Order: sequence, then structure tokens, then C-alpha cells
Amino acid sequence: MIATLLKATPPRARVLLALLLCVLLVAPAFADRYVVSVLVLVFWFAYVGQAWNVMMGFAGLLSLGHALYVGLGAYVSAALFVRLGIGPWAGLPVAILASVAVGAAVGWLGFRFRIEGVYFALLTIAFAEVARIGFDHLAWTGGAAGLFLPVSTGGGGAWWNLRGGPVFFYYLALALACIAFVLCAALRHSPLGYRWLAVREDPEAARALGVNVFRARMAAVLVSAALASVGGVFYAFYYNNLFPSQTFDVARSIEIILAPIVGGLGTLFGPILGAFILTPLGELLIALTEKAGLNAPGTKAVFYGLCLIVIITLAPNGVWPALKKRLGIPQEEA
Amino acid sequence: MSTLLAVAGVSKRFRGLLAVDDVSLSVADGEIFAVIGPNGAGKTTLFNIIAGVYRPDGGRVVFAGQDITGLSPDAVCAAGVARTFQIVRPFPGLSVFENALIGGLSHGGAIAQAREAAGDTLRLLELWDRRNQKAGSLTLPDRKRLEVARALATGPRLLLLDEVMAGLRPTETDRMVAVLRMLNRERGVTLVLIEHVMRAVMALAGRIHVLHHGATIAEGTPEAVTRDPAVISSYLGTEALG
Amino acid sequence: MSPSIVIEVALQGLLMGLVYGLMALGLSVIFGVVRVVNFAHGEFAVLAMYTAFVLFTALRLDPFLAMLPVAALFFVIGYALQATLINPFIDRPEHEQFILLVGVAIIMVNGLLMVFGPDARHANLSYSFDSWLIETPFGSPVIVDKVRAYAAGAALVVCGLLFAFFRYTLTGTAIRACADNLVGAAVVGLDVKRLYALTFGIGLACVGAAGSMMVALTDATPMLAPSFTLLAFTIVIVGGLGSMAGALVGGVLIGVAEAMASLFVAPSMKSMVSFALLVAVLAVRPQGLLGRRAA
Repeated sequence: MIATLLKATPPRARVLLALLLCVLLVAPAFADRYVVSVLVLVFWFAYVGQAWNVMMGFAGLLSLGHALYVGLGAYVSAALFVRLGIGPWAGLPVAILASVAVGAAVGWLGFRFRIEGVYFALLTIAFAEVARIGFDHLAWTGGAAGLFLPVSTGGGGAWWNLRGGPVFFYYLALALACIAFVLCAALRHSPLGYRWLAVREDPEAARALGVNVFRARMAAVLVSAALASVGGVFYAFYYNNLFPSQTFDVARSIEIILAPIVGGLGTLFGPILGAFILTPLGELLIALTEKAGLNAPGTKAVFYGLCLIVIITLAPNGVWPALKKRLGIPQEEA
Repeated sequence: MSTLLAVAGVSKRFRGLLAVDDVSLSVADGEIFAVIGPNGAGKTTLFNIIAGVYRPDGGRVVFAGQDITGLSPDAVCAAGVARTFQIVRPFPGLSVFENALIGGLSHGGAIAQAREAAGDTLRLLELWDRRNQKAGSLTLPDRKRLEVARALATGPRLLLLDEVMAGLRPTETDRMVAVLRMLNRERGVTLVLIEHVMRAVMALAGRIHVLHHGATIAEGTPEAVTRDPAVISSYLGTEALG
Repeated sequence: MSPSIVIEVALQGLLMGLVYGLMALGLSVIFGVVRVVNFAHGEFAVLAMYTAFVLFTALRLDPFLAMLPVAALFFVIGYALQATLINPFIDRPEHEQFILLVGVAIIMVNGLLMVFGPDARHANLSYSFDSWLIETPFGSPVIVDKVRAYAAGAALVVCGLLFAFFRYTLTGTAIRACADNLVGAAVVGLDVKRLYALTFGIGLACVGAAGSMMVALTDATPMLAPSFTLLAFTIVIVGGLGSMAGALVGGVLIGVAEAMASLFVAPSMKSMVSFALLVAVLAVRPQGLLGRRAA
């Protein structure tokens, strides 16, 4: 499968990709802690952006509540660990199952009753809000006061309980981003991927060509929710604390969708490129305002908002298609 | 010849307006069958009923011995009935090849098989050279051809063609007629066409079914139908025969 | 629990619901005509609250009077926003419009955060705690806050004026024509872009008025904005997107439902009830209670 994908990738893109990967693999040896932590964020946003892109970019389903699936993954795995002593690897399938089940509920409600476009987006926000309020009141997971993971648990080691240092999480995040990229590339060129594109472009015409639109859309939600959930597990064990008001916030959902939109909706490199552009810029902005002695917590978000407006007004297809042309990477050919 | 498609007493009402009124027709395997009638006669509604877009208020649709009444459009397509849209609906953001490929997937979803079907139909409709072009950038005649190619890639036994000649120049119409005839003769695809371009209808159809205000007013060979006084007064007018 | 308490809370919810309804009406009018979903609606409501708050603290201007200049200011903002930023988007895909307004919303809420900080601001009106006592046969009387009643009354007046505008004025009729048949409206020579800008202005004027009233009822904080946006959407979807009466009915329904939920479950759980209502309406009657089904 990977071989056919490689064959489909233009040589120029292959070389660039290999170079980038090499640089990232050796980066922790040279970069300081801060740069490493920023890169972890970049990989994480590239990863969850990829997950969201499956729904919006491939299948044309606007989800503005993706914090829901990420948050469920985070909370389920963290609660299993803290409360029952079940390690993250054993908790992972449960976390995925939880997100997929909720995704199925959202999808069933949305697609069974033909709730489309903006209405569907609102439905996803509403579900995320319900989760936020619900977890606020759920004592088992710490309620509004938050859920905290013990930083060191002795034995078990870094791998077994995901209790490693920054470099450990760096490679873990990089691996996640790579896996998501390969997986999405494979999906994009699979029969399911083509069906998604057909549904995105014109559901009625897709139906006439034998595509079961309900099933295709449902598959997109489930795949996206499962991927997002894994991102949540990483988040929980990386940050070690979870609060419903942050985890399920609309602002978090919007942060997730920024990278693929800026990078290029529906493209495979879009989420990665977007994360590489936005996250360092955001960090830079925070550093600058702090240096200037301003205590303005909203600066980064205002900048993100401006990015959204500029990108969607001037280049609604994102940065990647334009960059691709610059780099001399040809269109995919049949 | 055996019956491939049988429509029996089908009716459809929209908010009190009877769009299709107790229409029955049967199409033999391997036939080219035309449905004609003035605008608003219910032709496209009839197609939409056969293709599963609308569930009829009454009557049945039987295809190859299987009752397909009320099946969803994708299930009807899987059963072997493909259709084109009167107002073409290519997937504008996808390449011509990808458009056809999606049709090819309906065989069961193997990608290699779908590529083959897509390549085959694109060559047949002379779109192979444009395969990497975005479908949204095609000219109208090319879009019409893509619409047919895409439907054909699903490997149908029956192809429902909704005004594929409309908007084409006479030379383009002749090319389309030749392609359709070839499909019918060499590949054994049964064709049902809705058409206003009488030149194409007369060149292709073995039998013609005439609708007016949702109801059947005549059916028969092109020669018989064009001489039918009811058809002349309601649809063809006098100059069409000249 | 005494029946008087239940009546009292229901009445509070009803009065509050009318103000919410006015806010949602703005969203509904904009969607009904321009076909753009204003995702920054709650942000504008909160901006209006802060504007009225500043007018109150700086000039001692009563929020119910501040309503007029705030609504006028918001009309201008809405007109300008539509004429510059949004008009190029009217033929673009739905998700692009949505993302544009998400961007506007982010900037607004965080801009407010930068200027005013996260703390709640309270406008201390001299009549904040005045109320009427209504005797009931259940023993204890029902208490009605005067300020809520004023706000609800003002909301009804504004709605009435809006109804009249759309029904009886030439411009109102032209806007309705745009909503009904865009191509037709353009063909008969209506300046659609100007009418769209007017409509967006009117929609934001509603929000401006509603936001000013809300300063008298609740504390202002930037964090209210996303929940107001969701609230407005919930109301409008429950009532029927594009239906003016639907927005009011939805507002009252949600207002009473949330008030009841605060009373019987917990105040922090109240939005759960409106979301449940939203999901139920979407499942049973997606066009909303008073909405027309798209053909």
C-alpha cells in the first residue's frame, strides 16, 4: 500500500518529504527545550488537523465541535489511568470506542434527518457543549475542578505508561503526525476516499452513481472521531491535566480547524503546512507581547482570527496549492 | 426479446399537481426507447421515479424481474440502472478521470477495476485526452459527454439519458448519436432517452412513448407516432414534420 | 415547592426569553435575507452590552435610553461589515462564509478580553431591585422584577416596529422581495447589495438594542459571547430560521425551559435543556416550529 502511494507521489515531493523528515528526526539533538515543545504542538495540531480534514476536506462535513472527540479520548484514557490504574495503551481502544460511539450518534442524527451544512455544524457544537456541561458535573472525572494525572508513577517506564520526558513526547507526536499523514493519504486514494470526494462535491450525483451517501458520511465521522480520540489520549498524558471548560471549549474546536484551513482544505499537506505556519507564529506573538510587557491574553487568538479572515478571503483553498505550484510539484495524473 | 424494464401504472403527485399520471411502459432488453413530450409533461419526474429519487404514489417499477419501486438511487444504480441529469452535475473540483472512476467504483469497489472502467468509458466518449483536467473547466459538450461516461462507468444494463443532446451543435449531436448507437449495438446497453432533438430521436429510437400533462398519449414506432394526430396537436406541431 | 415560585420563575424566563428573542430575531432576519449565518452574533450582543455599559458609567445614560444610540451605531457597523467584508462572499460556499464569520467572532471576543479583561461588569441601576408583588391563591405572592418587565416590553416594541417596517415600507418590501426571489429582485432593478447591507445593519441593530437591555439584567463578560451565539442559534432553529415570529416564540420557549431547568435541576445545567430541545426539533421538524420547509 505504501509502495503504491510512494509511486503516486511526484519525485520532487518525495525528496522534499524525506529531507523534512530527516531534519525533524535529528532536531531534538540540536534544538533547545522550548523549540522541542513548540514542535510537539506543531505535530499535534498537524495530527488533529488531519483528523478533522477527513470530515471537512474529504467528505465536506463541517464539524465545529471536534474538541468533543479529542476531549473524550483525553478524558476516557486519563480517567481509566487515574481511577482504575489502567494504562494508556489499554485505555486507548476504550477511548477510541467512546469517541466513535458519540460520533455515530452525531452522524446518525445528522444524516438520518438530513441535517446539512450550517445546521450540521451547529449540531456538532451543541454536542461538544453538552459534553462540556456534562463533564463539569461528573464527579468521577473531577468535575469542573479538573482531572490530574500523576507525573511519575514509578515502574512501567516511559513507554508503558507514557510518562516520558519532552524528547519522548517529541518522537511520539512526530510518529502520530506521520501515521495520520500516511493513513489519510491511503484513505484519500481508496474507494472510500473517492466516495467521500463525490459526496463532498455533489451528494445527489454521487447517489446516482451508486454511492451510499449515508454510509460514506458516517464512515467519515467515525474515522475522524477515532483519529481525534487518539490525539486526545496524547494530549492528556502530555499535559497531565484536563478541565472541561478548556477541553470541550468552542475555542479549542476552532483551534483544531485552523491549520487545515490555512494550509489547504482537503489536501494531505495542508494540515501539516498550516500547523507549521500557525503554531510558531502564535508562540512568537505570545513571546513578543510578553517581552513588550503587555499582559494581553487574547493577542494570539486575535491573530488567528485575522489569519482566518485573510486566508478565507484571499485564498480559500489555502496556502498549499499555491506553494505546490511554486515548488514545481505537478498535479496528480491518472 | 425479454422485458428489461417494466413501469406499471406509476403516478406521482406534487402538492396536488399530478406530475405523472398512471403511466405504464415496458422496455425490451437491447432496445432504444425514447420518451418525448412538451416541457412539463412529466418526463424527468418519470426518470426520477425509475432512478429512485422519488417514490411513486402508486404503481410499480420492475427491472430485470426485480421490483425496484422505492429503492434508493444508489441501490437502483447497483441493480444496473444508470442515469444522467438533465442539468449536468459533474463533480467540478475533481478531474475528469476521477469523475469516471467514482462511477466505476459501483462494481464492488476494487480500485483497479474502477480505473479500468473509467479509462474505457473515457476513451469511448473521446475524453481520454482531457482526463487530468478539472471537470468544472470543461465546455458544455464535454460535460455532457462526461455525464454519459460517468454513468456508463457504473456498468449499467439500462442507461437513462435525460436530454443529453440539448445545447449541442448538429455535428456534436451526430457524434453523440453514433456513440449511443455503438453502445447499444456492441455492448448491449439498453437505452431510454428523454429528448427534444427530434433528429436524434428519429435516428436512434425503435419505439417512442409520448407524454402530455403527465399522461401517455401515444406509443409506437417513430413513423406511427409522428403521424398520430394527438401527438401532432399537442407536441410536434406542424413544422416539426416538415 | 410552592406553585408561586414556579410561576415566578416561569415568568422570569418568559420575560428574559423575549429579550433573547429580539437578539435571535437579528440572526433570523440576516439569514432569511442575506442567507449568511452570522456566527459572530453573540459577540455583537456582548459588544452591545459593553457599549451600553460604557455609556452608563461614563455618561450615566440609562441602558433603556442607550438602546437608541447603540442600535444606531450597530446598524452602521452592520451595514459597513456587509458592504465591505461579507458581500464578496454571498456566492461562495456556505463553509467559507461560516469560517469568515468565525474569524470575526474570534477577533471580537478576544478584543473585548484585551480591552475589558475577563471580569464581569455590573451596571448599578437605581431601580435594579424594584419589583411588583402579585397576590396569588397559593399563599405566597409572585414577585416580578420591574427591570425585566421593562426589557421585555421594550423588546416587544422593537419587534413590532420591525414587523411594521417589513410590511408597510417600500424598503422593507424590497428586502422581502430579495429574500423571496433574488434573481427576480435583481431583474426588476433592486440594488441587492445595498439591501443586503441594510438588512445586516437592521439585524445588528436588533442585537444592539437587545444587548443594551441585557446590561440591565445581567453582568457583562466577554465569555458570554459564544454562549449567546449558541443561544441565538438554538432559538432561531427551534422557532424556524428566517421566520420573525418564530424567533420570538423560540426565545420565549427557550427562556422558560431554561428557567425551569435552573429551578428543578441546576442553573449550570440549563443549556443542556435548550440543546435537548434543539436536537428534538432538528430530528422531528428540521425547519423549526414556525419555519417553512425549503422546496
